[in-house]
Order: sequence, then structure tokens, then C-alpha cells
Amino acid sequence: MPVIELERVSHRYTDSPGAPLVLDEVTLRLDEPRVGVIGANGSGKSTFARLLNGLVIPGEGTVRVAGLDTRTRGRDVRRRVGFCFTDPDAQIVMPTVREDVAFGLRRRGLSKAEVRERVDGALARYGLADLADHPAHLLSGGQKQLLALTSVLVTEPALLVLDEPTTLLDLRNAAAVARVLADLPQQVVLVTHHLDLLTAFDRVLVFDRARVVHDGTPRDAIAHYRELMG
Amino acid sequence: MSAAALGLYRPGTSPLHRAPAGWKLLAMLVAGIGSVLLDRPWQVLVALVAVLGAYRLAEVPWREAAGQLRPMLWVALAIGAFHVLVNGWARAVVVVGVIAVLVLLAALVTVTTRTSDLVDAVVAGCGPLRRVGVSPDRVGLVLVLAVRSVPVVVALAEEVRDAQRARGLTTSVRAFAVPLLVRSLRHADALGDALAARGVDD
Repeated sequence: MPVIELERVSHRYTDSPGAPLVLDEVTLRLDEPRVGVIGANGSGKSTFARLLNGLVIPGEGTVRVAGLDTRTRGRDVRRRVGFCFTDPDAQIVMPTVREDVAFGLRRRGLSKAEVRERVDGALARYGLADLADHPAHLLSGGQKQLLALTSVLVTEPALLVLDEPTTLLDLRNAAAVARVLADLPQQVVLVTHHLDLLTAFDRVLVFDRARVVHDGTPRDAIAHYRELMG
Repeated sequence: MSAAALGLYRPGTSPLHRAPAGWKLLAMLVAGIGSVLLDRPWQVLVALVAVLGAYRLAEVPWREAAGQLRPMLWVALAIGAFHVLVNGWARAVVVVGVIAVLVLLAALVTVTTRTSDLVDAVVAGCGPLRRVGVSPDRVGLVLVLAVRSVPVVVALAEEVRDAQRARGLTTSVRAFAVPLLVRSLRHADALGDALAARGVDD
């Protein structure tokens, strides 16, 4: 299980004077298999998630994943950290389901036979085998998110970070995504507004105004969050 | 909008589906260069029949073949009208016919070829350009993103048009173009993040 370490991390998106801090002196060490992140819009959750695969480099402080500094070892970090976004349409690159799942593998220099074997396995595992040659843009919202997730998981990342992957989904599709996540052997960091997805998690962080204001069990963290939201 | 109507891959086992992507691209290139030799309506008609025969061979329904021409209808009409007025009807038929043949041919290649195979062929074809500093992988990625952007922008345009209708702004060009542009740019931004997250260009 890769250890995630944040040391006095602060971040602003622009250098202009008066630009708001989106993260303010966050220090954390996360080694639990399931970590949830909750908080109001604009509280710093998504920036925190993006730090973990080097999409955002902190203005101050250090982020390390499995000992690798995201500032200097971004490529190695991204090979270990899969990232799933809220909107699957922005994440699906190839026109058909099979091609999109194969996209990440092909760029890693695997042989065609290896790619085919891993893609077929992933499509079967996540219930997309019947849609293999289907145009990705004609999938339902839930199927698209499942495809986006499969395309990340097929590369076998050690850590999976998800930024509100169920926000655009109905309850049934959100439950399908939750089932996939529950069975994963990888460490998972899930940013979400669907609090019920976190009940079986090991640890939940509550963000508010760029800081972690609570860090504990799902029950306590969710209670704290509800109180905070008043 | 269906995949075929957008010129995207349509699974199949026809000889054209099985033909190597590189050969199909080469054939399209040769046809494009050769099209300058067509200067009589009957020659264009022969070329059109040949292309439609290729669609038959690829087992693509006629309706879908005709659908490939729909997006260019207004442009073709404008070009045709211009040539009728300036050069006469025969030239108009040749010019519009050649454009139609080439559009149909290009669509036939994309309809019968997986994008990943097309990209492989383009990347292989661009290999020698490495010597002058061109990255074939980047050329391939640009091709992928162009193909993928077609249904995305069509979907965005449909959403914007629906929102426009809901607000009763059906005749406002600005009310259509501005949100479409903003949403397309936002999508491009998000896609850039997603590509970076997937380690593209690392």
C-alpha cells in the first residue's frame, strides 16, 4: 500500500496578490486502504486530489506518494496513481470502448497481444465486454463512468484517486461504481458528496476553507461535516 | 447522432474492414491527388459509382453513406451555385462531385478502420519526420483528439441549442455561439487534465 505524505502543503492557483489559498498548511500521512474526502464546494478537496498524481504541484510544501516527490518524479508518480474525474466525457479519449481501455496500455509500450489480453480481461471484469466495439459517446452516463474507471484500472495503478466520480450519476449507477471500488485491492482516495459511499471506509478527512478540519472515522467525520454545513 | 453518421468506426468483417489501415490511407491519398484529373461530369459519375461500390463492399447501408454527405450539403450548394454562375453547370457538377467523392472516400476509411489502427498507420508513416524534430506520437494523438472531438462538440451543440430553445432564444447566433465556444474550451481544458493524469506526454 503506497503511503501518501503531505508536508506543510499550501497552494494558490495564481501568484497575483490577494489570490485565495486553496490549501493552507496541510500536513497528512495516509496509509489506510480506503480514505474518503468530504467538504463544501471550494473547500480544497479537488486540489488535494490533484496533488496526489502530480496534476497540481504545490506552491509550498511537499507531496510524496510511495516515497516519490510529485514535484521531481511526476512521471513515476502518474504511473502509480490512477485518477478518475467527475465528468467521464472529458476523460474518454478514444472513439470506442475497447480502444479507450487500450489507450493507456498502448502508450506504455506493451505488445499488441498483451494489450488485447489485459483489455479483454478488464472489459469482462467490469461488465463492458458486450459494449467493446460500441461508440463511447453513445454510452449512458453510468456506462461512461464505468469505462473511465476501467481505462484507469487496466493500467493497474497502486493508488486510485477519484474526484467526485458519482456526482453526475443516479443512485443505481453510483452504487455500481461503489461496488467496483469496494472490490479493488488498490488503495483508494475518494472525494465525494455521496456520504453513504464512505460508511465502510477506514478514514475520512473533512475539508473546510482550505484546511483539514476533521480527520477520523466515517461516522465522526460525517457527523462533523453535517454540523459544519449547519 | 449515430456513430456512422459522424464517420466513426462501424464494426464489420468486410474486405475493406480487414485491409491494412496504411493501405487505405495511401489509397485515399492517391485518390485525392488523382481527383485533379477529373474534369468531365461522366468521369465524376464513374468515380462516384466506384466509391458507392466500395461502400457496398464494406456493407455500409446506403442511408449511412448518404449521411456522410449531409454535413457538407450547404457548402456544396454554395460552391455549386457559384460555379453554375461563373463556369457553367458542367464545371459545377465536376467540382461538387469531386468534393462529394473525396468526402465519401474519407468517411469510408474511418467507418471501416479502428481509430487506433489509423493512428498506428499515421505514426508509422510519420516515423521519418523524427529527423526533423516531429514527434509521430504527437501527430497520432492530435488525430485521435480530432476524431474524438467530433461527437463531443456535436453533443455540446445539441445541449446548447436545447438550452437556447428553453429560453426562447432560437434566432440568436450569439446565444448559440458563445456558450458553445465556452463549453468547448472548458472541455478542452478538462481533456488536457485527463490526458496529463493518464501520463500522456510524460
